[in-house]
Amino acid sequence: MTTHYLILSALLFAIGGIGVLIRRNAIVVFMCVELMLNACNLAFVTFARQHGNIEGQVIAFFVMIVAAAEVVVGLAIIVTIFRTRRSASVDDASLLKY
Amino acid sequence: MNTITAPAIEYLQLAPLLIVFGAGILGVLVEAFAPRYLRRAMHIPLTLLSLAGAFALVIVQTIKGVPTKPSAMGAVAVDGPTLFIWGTILVLAFISLLLLNDEDHFVPAASAVPGSAEEERALIEGNVHTEVYPLALFAIGGMLLFPASNDLLIMFVALEVMSLPLYLLCGLARRRRLLSQESAMKYFLLGAFSSAFFLYGTALLYGYAGSVDLAKISTALSANVGQDALLFTGAALLGVGLLFKIGAAPFQAWKPDVYQGAPTPVTALMASGTLVAAFGALLRVFWVAIGELDWDWSPIMWGVAILTMVVGAILAITQTDIKRMLAYSSIAHAGFLLVGVVAIGDAKQNATALAAILFYLAVYGIASIGAFAIVTMVRDAGGEAWHLSRWAGLGKRSPKLAGLFAFFLLAFAGIPLTSGFFGKYAVFQAAVAGGAVQLVVVGVVASAVAAFFYVRVIVLMFFNDPAPDGPTVVLPSWGTASVVGFAALATVVLGVFPQPVLDLAQSAAGSLFVR
Repeated sequence: MTTHYLILSALLFAIGGIGVLIRRNAIVVFMCVELMLNACNLAFVTFARQHGNIEGQVIAFFVMIVAAAEVVVGLAIIVTIFRTRRSASVDDASLLKY
Repeated sequence: MNTITAPAIEYLQLAPLLIVFGAGILGVLVEAFAPRYLRRAMHIPLTLLSLAGAFALVIVQTIKGVPTKPSAMGAVAVDGPTLFIWGTILVLAFISLLLLNDEDHFVPAASAVPGSAEEERALIEGNVHTEVYPLALFAIGGMLLFPASNDLLIMFVALEVMSLPLYLLCGLARRRRLLSQESAMKYFLLGAFSSAFFLYGTALLYGYAGSVDLAKISTALSANVGQDALLFTGAALLGVGLLFKIGAAPFQAWKPDVYQGAPTPVTALMASGTLVAAFGALLRVFWVAIGELDWDWSPIMWGVAILTMVVGAILAITQTDIKRMLAYSSIAHAGFLLVGVVAIGDAKQNATALAAILFYLAVYGIASIGAFAIVTMVRDAGGEAWHLSRWAGLGKRSPKLAGLFAFFLLAFAGIPLTSGFFGKYAVFQAAVAGGAVQLVVVGVVASAVAAFFYVRVIVLMFFNDPAPDGPTVVLPSWGTASVVGFAALATVVLGVFPQPVLDLAQSAAGSLFVR
């Protein structure tokens, strides 16, 4: 049954989404985003199986590449801000507001 | 034994994209192999020539006739609207790059901690991050691909190719580096969050239709009944991702922070190019893939349009920072453009609305680059003078500059004889024809509120006394001067004599999006 995989994917996506909203460390927030992307991958391969076509599996590869590129850019930004502020908390960086 | 057939790729149609991406890759090679002192001299012609070449190819394609079917095996649609959007983005990108090309906008060593000895040394040695040129080219390439993509996978990849370089560029400001780094982090985390929504929406629509091709999703709408949960959730998540990119309320929170913290030339590129690209993609998804569902999505889009206009116009009044004010004004303009997106109907109505949106995007993009170019020229000791109180009396000290800025603000407000008037008029007229009269009423009221804060800045500049230690207006480089000159000229000409560009937009929109 593919339904279970879809439910798992939705759960992972929700956990990732909630994590982005409630966690305070930029690295952890970012990992939660990656979790959401992996939930998407699970959904893609499940639907590929359900439809019996290969498109979804190919898309999963693309998503992995994009996620890897995102890690490079994201970690560069987070590390720079950590070196400046000695903290990776998203609450500390609060000069821009209102 | 199975043979693999090579895909048919229409290289000529895709040439503008290939040139921009190719130049980006060459730029990376220049960074890798050319000596430091030569890099800038190599990047500038490479970047500007590739954009000009791509623009020339767009014109060639337009003259040769608009293709009637998607190219690259249905992955990229080079149709009338795409060609108009490509032309617009390339012009906007070219003038943004002239602005970006100006020295001293970017940090000498991005990895050095602000205020450290390392940074000091890099400043003295006169280091520059010439990486900004290839980064900008990749972002522009992504902007070109995003509205042209005919399936959701290509659209997702284009979204990331457009966004990732912009996240980095945001963090590279030379002054006020803490603000710049903060804006990069906020943009990155929120942007990645929103693209995860886009991707999950894509996954659900793939599950619904068995394909990510926009046309196949559209045909599946009539074939698959009884799977509405997948379809509606997917479309909603996709919408969240796209509305985030255009900065529509309630997904607008990133825009003021990012526009303020980013180096001003990068802000100009984002305020013009990204907005045009994201609107192209939004239109393609909502009109091509789920256009048949307009009864279901247009009430929501009504709400989003109203909220965006109201939030943008009202919050802009409370701003004391010029860049934040322009960011909120950009949110309000996104709302005015959404009024056009809602005005969907039969083919003729769609063509009118589409032409109006295309024209609006072009004129708004040019005026906003002009306004941001002026922001780069008004300086304090610590960099650009952002606080509005610093702009008091600027009209008495440098009447030309303040006059040009006032002119751009009037164009944003949509005063007759500026290009903004015809943009707004065209969109509202299309919306009235599409039956969205109430929405237009809200739009007109929001425009009036917006006009208030634009005029307030003009009053501040011309009728207040300048502070004794007021900001200085730097003599612009030829690049900045030509950007301001071009933007002002385009705003006047399109305000007095808009017909050629309106005709162009109409003929581009006439064929609508290919499927």
